[in-house]
Amino acid sequence: MTTDIQNYISDFDQLKNDDWLAESRQSALNLFKETGFPNSRLENWKYTDVRPIKKKSFSNVTETTVSVSTEEINEVRFDGLDCIEVVFINGVFSKEHSSLEGLDKGLDVENMLDALANDKDLLAKHLTKYADDKVSPFTALNTAFIQNGTFINVSANTVIEKPINILYLAKDSNGSLATHPRNLIVLGENSEATVIESYIGLDDANYFTNAVTEVALSPNAILKHYKIQQESLNAYHIGNLNVMQGKDSKLESHSISLGGALVRNDIHGQLAAEGAEIVMNGLYMTGDKQHVDNHTRVDHLKPRTLSTENYRGVLNGKSRAVFNGKVIVHKDAQKIEAHQNNANLLLSDDAEIDTKPELEIYADDVKCTHGATVGQLDQNMLFYLRSRAIDEETARSLLTYAFADELISNISFAPIRNRLERLVIGQLPDAALIREFTNE
Amino acid sequence: MLKIDNLHAKIGNKEILKGLNLSVNAGEVHAIMGPNGSGKSTLANVLAGRNGYEVTKGSVEYEGNDLLELAPEERAWAGVFLAFQYPVEIPGVNNVYLLKAAVNAVRKYRGEPELDAVEFLGLIKEKMKIVKMKEDLLNRSVNEGFSGGEKKRNEIFQMSVLEPKLAILDETDSGLDIDALKIVSEGVNSLRNEERSIILVTHYQRLLDYIKPDHVHVLSNGKIIKSGGPELALELEEKGYDWIKEEAA
Repeated sequence: MTTDIQNYISDFDQLKNDDWLAESRQSALNLFKETGFPNSRLENWKYTDVRPIKKKSFSNVTETTVSVSTEEINEVRFDGLDCIEVVFINGVFSKEHSSLEGLDKGLDVENMLDALANDKDLLAKHLTKYADDKVSPFTALNTAFIQNGTFINVSANTVIEKPINILYLAKDSNGSLATHPRNLIVLGENSEATVIESYIGLDDANYFTNAVTEVALSPNAILKHYKIQQESLNAYHIGNLNVMQGKDSKLESHSISLGGALVRNDIHGQLAAEGAEIVMNGLYMTGDKQHVDNHTRVDHLKPRTLSTENYRGVLNGKSRAVFNGKVIVHKDAQKIEAHQNNANLLLSDDAEIDTKPELEIYADDVKCTHGATVGQLDQNMLFYLRSRAIDEETARSLLTYAFADELISNISFAPIRNRLERLVIGQLPDAALIREFTNE
Repeated sequence: MLKIDNLHAKIGNKEILKGLNLSVNAGEVHAIMGPNGSGKSTLANVLAGRNGYEVTKGSVEYEGNDLLELAPEERAWAGVFLAFQYPVEIPGVNNVYLLKAAVNAVRKYRGEPELDAVEFLGLIKEKMKIVKMKEDLLNRSVNEGFSGGEKKRNEIFQMSVLEPKLAILDETDSGLDIDALKIVSEGVNSLRNEERSIILVTHYQRLLDYIKPDHVHVLSNGKIIKSGGPELALELEEKGYDWIKEEAA
């Protein structure tokens, strides 16, 4: 046992751990005690050094004294978007700011603590079943601290039109906090839902978010999942999305990473029945000394499954990004299709990208493609714009925006697309100019 | 309007222009012809300010100012327009937005008020007719998925909207079928006036059947080796370039 995890162990001991999940929490903690934080000798963590997280003695909160005003929350809300909202402040559920009244028939949205008490049978069936504590010490740590988070259950044959917007808001308080949000999304047969997970720093606080989301899709279910990571530039964020997919189900994942000092996003999709499809779109924009790592893994376990992945990165300053996309086609998973692409734009000489597509194929009748590109702004495009009277700075910003927008413009839901386009523009130099260019 | 004096330019270590002289007055149309590799496109690119060309000697004066000192966008503000030989596709940048930003950048430079959305729309509606531009192309990304002919038409359309003082058309006729060539030529002809100068860079005489130049120059090995009237182009069409090269040697 190493001493740098002492704070987690002593905070765990303070925790109320007397419900039916107690044993799972305890064994997850034991696992974490054994492994400690991952180091860069592990292939999975080769390019991402988590020592900054390890060195800091975060305190693991279960209640908060910080208050956030409605005005502060409105700032980060979707303008005029009619949605179901679940709000957490420093990891703790805020009933006051959430809107969970009058939910549609066939829809259940609760704080995880309430769900643990109210929906034991359903949770026992799904919770901790798709995120593997053995795969990542961070997942084990999250499992040990399962308290707050969002539980979403959509009954069979139910289509939920309103998006479910989950806001994890962080604000400076006394001492540096670690939070471990745990989400579970269960979709019944032929059901449909849209879920947005936003992680937002309201100031420049230093904190650590360690989130895990598990998703179970029954046959024919469709989930559109958006993750918007806008943590404070001094924050650490580790996020893990794990999906188990039934026959002909579809997951559309959009992961947008803009904030954070040290960020790791993992997605693990298991296509466990014929016809299951996963689409993974990702955009990361980094500057200064940010470090953003995106790891994805798709297991094609059954024939005729489909995966499409498209990630784009825009790197500036001395930032560093990692992309690792793994596709495993299991034995007898014939007639599958897997396509993967990662394109990167380096805006500065000091930025660095490590990109690595990985294919492991154990079937013989499959269609797989992958590609990765790293480049600067296209000189021909730049000259063309400048010869059309656009000054150099604006032309650069415009081409950068166009590169990022190729991902965002594919988002079919307009309020989310518009919001993301605004966020992306906000990340660019000359944001005001670009806004002018695109708005009229 | 434009005075090029003893212009030398190279790409990397390769000298392409080797002492080029050319004077263009307001309202004139000049055709610059020559075999492949003679330096025609280099001249067009040097005038528009593309990176990668180094001017080692000589000068280019535009309206009394040193053109080579200006950034590409400053040249555009001052009224220089290059119609590209290979117009660039720019995914994600809308044609109309680009044009509006371009028009207003030029207007701002001239101290004129910027056009609002309605005024701008009126302007492009009028100009679209000139090159028979299809409306759906306008709202697409710049040149993305356009056919070769549509790209060239878009160049002339942009030119008609921006109303430059000096237009340089780099091989605008290449890759056009006869119908597209006629449309493009009509567009160019409609823009001819006493204040506007046009430089047509072309390999073939064909374009000059539709756009009558005032002067024709033959460029070979980085220099203008012969100048004349429209009849020179016809002679070239008939006899090829070799006889002039021999004559000049």
